[in-house]
Amino acid sequence: MSDVQRRNFLKTSVGVAAVAIAPGLLLFKVAHGQSDDDSKVRWGMLIDTSNCAEGCNECVKACNKENGLSGGLAPTDSQWIRKIEIKDVSTGHQFALPMMCQHCAEPPCVDVCPTGASFKRYDGIVLVDKHRCIGCRYCMMACPYKARSFVHAPLHDQNPDVPRGKGTVESCTMCVHRVDEGKQPACAEACPNKSILFGNLHDPNSEIAKKIRAVASTQVRADLNLNTGVRYQGI
Amino acid sequence: MMSTSFALQHKKNRLYYALLAGAGLVVLLALYAVSLMEEEGHIITGMNNQIVWGMPHVFAIFLIVAASGVLNVASIGSVFGKAIYKARAPLAGLLSIAMLSGGLAVLMLDLGRPERFMLPALDFNITSVFAWNTVLYSGMFGLVIAYLWSMMEKRMNVYSKPLGVAVFAWRFVLTTGTGLIFAFLTAREAYGSAVLPPMFIVMSFAWGMAVFHIVQMVIYAWNDKELEPEILERKKRLLGIFVLGSLYMVVAYHMTNLYFAHRMGFERFILLDGGVYPALFWWGYVLIGNVLPLALIFLPGMKTRKSAMLASLAVVLGGFAFLYVFIIGGQAYPLNLFPGYQVSSTFGDGQIGSYTPSIYEILLGFGGLAIAFIITTVSVHVLNFMPHDKSYIAD
Repeated sequence: MSDVQRRNFLKTSVGVAAVAIAPGLLLFKVAHGQSDDDSKVRWGMLIDTSNCAEGCNECVKACNKENGLSGGLAPTDSQWIRKIEIKDVSTGHQFALPMMCQHCAEPPCVDVCPTGASFKRYDGIVLVDKHRCIGCRYCMMACPYKARSFVHAPLHDQNPDVPRGKGTVESCTMCVHRVDEGKQPACAEACPNKSILFGNLHDPNSEIAKKIRAVASTQVRADLNLNTGVRYQGI
Repeated sequence: MMSTSFALQHKKNRLYYALLAGAGLVVLLALYAVSLMEEEGHIITGMNNQIVWGMPHVFAIFLIVAASGVLNVASIGSVFGKAIYKARAPLAGLLSIAMLSGGLAVLMLDLGRPERFMLPALDFNITSVFAWNTVLYSGMFGLVIAYLWSMMEKRMNVYSKPLGVAVFAWRFVLTTGTGLIFAFLTAREAYGSAVLPPMFIVMSFAWGMAVFHIVQMVIYAWNDKELEPEILERKKRLLGIFVLGSLYMVVAYHMTNLYFAHRMGFERFILLDGGVYPALFWWGYVLIGNVLPLALIFLPGMKTRKSAMLASLAVVLGGFAFLYVFIIGGQAYPLNLFPGYQVSSTFGDGQIGSYTPSIYEILLGFGGLAIAFIITTVSVHVLNFMPHDKSYIAD
């Protein structure tokens, strides 16, 4: 084979390979880029901070119990939901609110995940596939809400409905196992002041949809334009 | 006379095997640390839910960035046709492969589930810069190996120029990819800046050149050869220019942050009152990593060989200091969920994260260095990577 032939052969091979791979990549992109705004269901929450009592921890306790979390407070322990105490330094006004995965419509964790283990369901719930997570923690770097925890130590006595895994990342699942059975997430059910309203944001007749139309609600770090599924009232 | 040189050779041989055994031991210790991290979980490291990337990432990113930068030597030879660099291109390629292997090994072994390391290639997420990087790293491996082959095998020599150009382009993209890992983090005040990819590229030049200097000088000393002072002087000056260039990028990065009111808190933390981080930044990065090497390179009357070696070592140390501050300090500063408000919680909101590296992470990091050392040492011993200079003529 002469040099020219060899060169032509190499050129043709590269060309053929590119043509073979390109459509797959394009389809993949299209599939990922599809909008789910037309989905009939988008689960979300509206949290009324004016009702959320400082010092009350019922939502956190309910979450820990439901999902089999230890409730430990070490920096290596998982906390899927936490209470943040907030003070306006200039006015002295204080309030508290629960913070968890905000189930963004444009989740940075899903964008950065190398394996697609972080994913968003068609109903807007953002989850981690424990079988695909390699434990790189890039999603934890990317999440603006510090909503994710890494399982640092071996686990015992797991709740069979909520599988977890050492060496993988996890976060609030919006109690997807309960939601799929038509129930409320544990935190919403446990809140003594009924400050957490859960429902379908895309159903115009749902209580949550009516309420977010009627009252002023805020997305945390709205400047990032992530379109969160969890909204707050009274901030 | 004969017997003295034979005795010296014998001594060198023993030293060679002792060095290999030492590095092998470090790799074994690193693997032991990894097995413990696998068994017990990351709880035995200093990392936690706030500082999610720690010491292993400092080592891994240094090695990967330097692996790209060291190829500069090859590129100046192959792409721009400079003879003294061309003679050093094989050694540069080898160092690149060695450091890439060490860095990637550390990165993979630090994963929560290292046994799944192939998943990013199988379940490729096209929007993830991490996934892109798996392609960039493996592509770089293949390209540099082909490039080395084209330089060392006479029949392949014709391909050496196009392969050199391909490597030149690929490593730019690769280091851009490394910078993008941080540049794409929208919410973190330390990152999320378009200046990061070019900053990493210029840093790669300096770190890669420094590593190249160190290795080259050791190889010359080992073989009782002397590098021509003119060549050394030129390369030393080039290192100085790269160091100045990367310092400029770091200044630009901090200056832009300082201009944004919402990033002032972070800059104050990292440059002034953040404890270990400002100390490492000013003493480690600025003084040891910049002022010292620049003085050693540009002040008149410095003994060339010794000052080049010292300057290179200082640049490497400064690089590690910079990455520690950048990666760990950047995460230690809390996310700002409610700008303008004071916040507290059980999950570290509003607090500076604490991090003390554990021995296991440090062992893993040194394991990466040892892998790079073994690949380099064995290859230089069995293959012809020694630069062969014709009498120096300025090109």
